Amino acid sequence: MTKDTHDELPLYEVFIRSKNGLDHKHVGSLHASDAEMALTNARDVYTRRGEGVSIWVVKSTDIVASSPEDKGNFYEPSDDKLYRHPTFFNLPDEVGHM
Amino acid sequence: MDVAKTDFNDLEEAFQAKIDAEKRIEPKEWMPDKYRQTLIRQMSQHAHSEVVGMLPEGNWLTRAPTLKRKAILMAKIQDEGGHGLYLYSATETLGISRDEMFDQLHTGKAKYSTIFNYPTLTWADIGAIGWLVDGAAIVNQIALCRCSYGPYARAMIRICKEESFHQRQGYEIMMTMAQGTKEQREMAQDALNRWWWPTLMMFGPNDTNSANSAQSMKWKIKRQSNDELRQKFIDATVPQAEYLKLRIPDDKLVWNEERGHYDFGDIDWNEFKNVVSGNGLCNRERLKARVDAHDGGKWVRDAALAYAAKKAARKAEAA
Repeated sequence: MTKDTHDELPLYEVFIRSKNGLDHKHVGSLHASDAEMALTNARDVYTRRGEGVSIWVVKSTDIVASSPEDKGNFYEPSDDKLYRHPTFFNLPDEVGHM
Repeated sequence: MDVAKTDFNDLEEAFQAKIDAEKRIEPKEWMPDKYRQTLIRQMSQHAHSEVVGMLPEGNWLTRAPTLKRKAILMAKIQDEGGHGLYLYSATETLGISRDEMFDQLHTGKAKYSTIFNYPTLTWADIGAIGWLVDGAAIVNQIALCRCSYGPYARAMIRICKEESFHQRQGYEIMMTMAQGTKEQREMAQDALNRWWWPTLMMFGPNDTNSANSAQSMKWKIKRQSNDELRQKFIDATVPQAEYLKLRIPDDKLVWNEERGHYDFGDIDWNEFKNVVSGNGLCNRERLKARVDAHDGGKWVRDAALAYAAKKAARKAEAA
């Protein structure tokens, strides 16, 4: 997997808001020469049936991602704070729904 | 004791445990190299099939019988292109580049479905392709929606949503022709005769002859075997043919009460092997059309990149 890809169009990740009130969601990626082309390509590839009202495109190389290997350490600070969850506290039934 | 090897065994065990627990595998996670290679092969070939699949239908685009049929066929072909793009994009998450996949297709190293090496001789073939070929693809693809590799499963879900229109438009063409003039009926029957057996081959070799199947099932890349899926397709399709009053070209096709399935005749696997190895009716034509399209589009890609570079340079200058 070392083939020279310098003349390949850059890769963009595509995020789509399916309707107002919902978050943008990652749907896939595509190749385009620039952001403008990425947007129109995203429209043609990912919204042929009214799947979206708003599209974000981001160059894949600009995304910084956590790595699965440090799953343990990375999330550990929150793992031992069970009191962040409402179920940590026992309330008597008489109190009702809280 | 070989420490590195023990680590590897642990990793592989943990990986299999994840699969067994129905957890999905995502791109950056550790996976056995063979799992990665199997997926790259299967997914890229799936993508190639979508893209090459546009060619037999494109043959009828300018000769569709009505403007409505033409617009519908155009939309369907556009979907196939889109499906190819979903799948290429999902395959790239495994670390292979788009150009590398194109290279493999264009040099014949990667295969695509044998079905697209058959010619589309009449308009009825467009009906038969939608009804049978897309119908078989749906059966295959529904099973893949639960594939253990996340990006593949997600692409499959998107594709399945769109594919059902393809099958229905094909069946509608067959209905119109089967209820039409004597010539139209004969065309519909002839299309069914020619497409039936190649469609059954789309599910791949019999389970007893399918080398990679067991491992793929264990890794939950595949959920159902080739023969199970083939049977499912036949059981669903026979009543549809009966409704059209068309005859499926298989003398041994008969309902088996005891099995609760249709029995059917032997598939000519020699023909299958022949087409896989490049000697189908249209192998050369399809590949040439694909390579020509790619090479012919090079100047557009080059120009788009040059334009983007020029714009970026101007922006930097102005800042």
